[in-house]
Amino acid sequence: MSLRIVVCVKYVPDASGERGFADDLTVDREDVDGLLSELDEYAVEQALRIADAADGAEVTVVTVGPGDAKDALRKALSMGADRAVHVEDDSLHGSDVMGTSLVLAKAVERTGFDLVICGMASTDGTMGVLPAVLAERLGVAQVTLLSQVAVAGGTVTGRRDGDAASEELEAPLPAVVSVTDQSGEARYPSFKGIMAAKKKPVEALDLDDLGIGADEVGLAGAWTVVDAAVARPARTAGTIVKDEGEGGRRLAEFLVGQKFI
Amino acid sequence: MAEVLVVVDHVDGAVRKPTLELLTLARRIGDPVAVVLGAGAADTVGVLAEHGAVRVLTSSEQRFAEYLVVPKVDALQAAVAVVEPVAVLVVSSAEGKEVAARLAVRIGSGIITDAVDLEAGESGPVATQSAFAASFSVKSRVSRGVPVITVKPNSAPVEPVVAAGAVEELVVEFGAVAGAKVLSRTPRAASGRPELTEAAIVVSGGRGVNGAENFAVIEALADSLGAAVGASRAAVDAGWYPHTNQVGQTGKSVSPQLYIASGISGAIQHRAGMQTSKTIVAVNKDAEAPIFELVDYGVVGDLFTVVPQLTEEINARKG
Repeated sequence: MSLRIVVCVKYVPDASGERGFADDLTVDREDVDGLLSELDEYAVEQALRIADAADGAEVTVVTVGPGDAKDALRKALSMGADRAVHVEDDSLHGSDVMGTSLVLAKAVERTGFDLVICGMASTDGTMGVLPAVLAERLGVAQVTLLSQVAVAGGTVTGRRDGDAASEELEAPLPAVVSVTDQSGEARYPSFKGIMAAKKKPVEALDLDDLGIGADEVGLAGAWTVVDAAVARPARTAGTIVKDEGEGGRRLAEFLVGQKFI
Repeated sequence: MAEVLVVVDHVDGAVRKPTLELLTLARRIGDPVAVVLGAGAADTVGVLAEHGAVRVLTSSEQRFAEYLVVPKVDALQAAVAVVEPVAVLVVSSAEGKEVAARLAVRIGSGIITDAVDLEAGESGPVATQSAFAASFSVKSRVSRGVPVITVKPNSAPVEPVVAAGAVEELVVEFGAVAGAKVLSRTPRAASGRPELTEAAIVVSGGRGVNGAENFAVIEALADSLGAAVGASRAAVDAGWYPHTNQVGQTGKSVSPQLYIASGISGAIQHRAGMQTSKTIVAVNKDAEAPIFELVDYGVVGDLFTVVPQLTEEINARKG
């Protein structure tokens, strides 16, 4: 039987641009270019490697987001994913992790899955909890923050490098996996891959297709409220000195003045 | 008075400092009730009572160590049912965030992660977070269920306050989903230095360190200050220092009293992990390096002359 792998990806504002908040305190997507979250490229990469090693596998990429989010799907398809699912609905604007995870869970269930792979965190919200939330919603094990991952005989194994220890983990499929940036360099799409991606199917879904009420997602359905988002005042310009032989000693003087020594 | 559940982060009964910080924050909202899971749970009671825990719920089931995350969620769900808290506070470690996230779904609650401050508000606790590489400060709260909030280390002072610390055994019914099985666990070799996210001072090296063996220069400075050692992604990707010491978006986020960056240019991904440090110092040959936009004190110079001179000066003053 074919291994069904679903990769959850996110379209995020480019971190090298000026990111900010819109008037409703959601992430401003108007003024900055978006792209496939860099950390999700590692998830796509591991999905493709697992699929290559499997005896028959299909890799589906799923995203939840506005029209532009198709760019993230195209990138994943050009890397080698087989097909894509795009959940787009005006009511989704302002969804928190609970709303987004609800939509992803329904979309993943509809697609059918043996393995869900996520990046370790998005590069905009950076919470890093979506894989755990998704696993809870799907009622399956999470095998998360892996630097190495493999699937064989209906079992996923992986290595998780924590603060205190490295752990070897194992869980039966179906399961939710997340991978770190240590899992292996993501491939660049080839010209052939980019051309092929244009012909791959992208299924468009809205909330009705997933049986989700508009009040369960978006700003109105969020379980958290942002009351204020304030740009930090620019740091006051610090003292910068050129080392002319005494740089280390002068730095020590500064640290003494600040009572660090 | 309302009770606040504080999930205790400990290693075989030794309570880690961020938990004591949580107890300080919890008292702004209500009476702290500590939950301790795993081997050594009973050994934590004394220190928790000395830091304000009115009750301590313990369970030392093997299962917490045998499976990833899920058994702890089962236990916290039981604790929430017993205590009916006004909030659940968890340390923002990788595991802490995952435990908090699954718990939040389970009990139908919103979750806030990586809070750097917490205060009581009219409609529940208000958390402060940093967003977009710390260029924004965000205030938010949970609007549904029992607020589940994870708090970053170094977000509050540790304030001893004696409380009853009444010990109760927590009865846990484990659910059908066991989670991933832990086949083996290899403890990380102790460096003898403070843990990166908890350290008051962090000394980091980057591309400019130019080789694994040269990190000795960074380590010597760190040791003179009793500091933790960090590394930029460039240094980690080059194999000069372990990934567990990486500071930045894909590594650890640190917020020490003092951050010293050596040979680090200050790419946005690195800044995301250190920009909330109280005092920032940098040493870099390139006067144009973006890190100098953040510093309280910067030295434009060769780190291989500046850093050893600094280390020598510190050691001399200590002597």
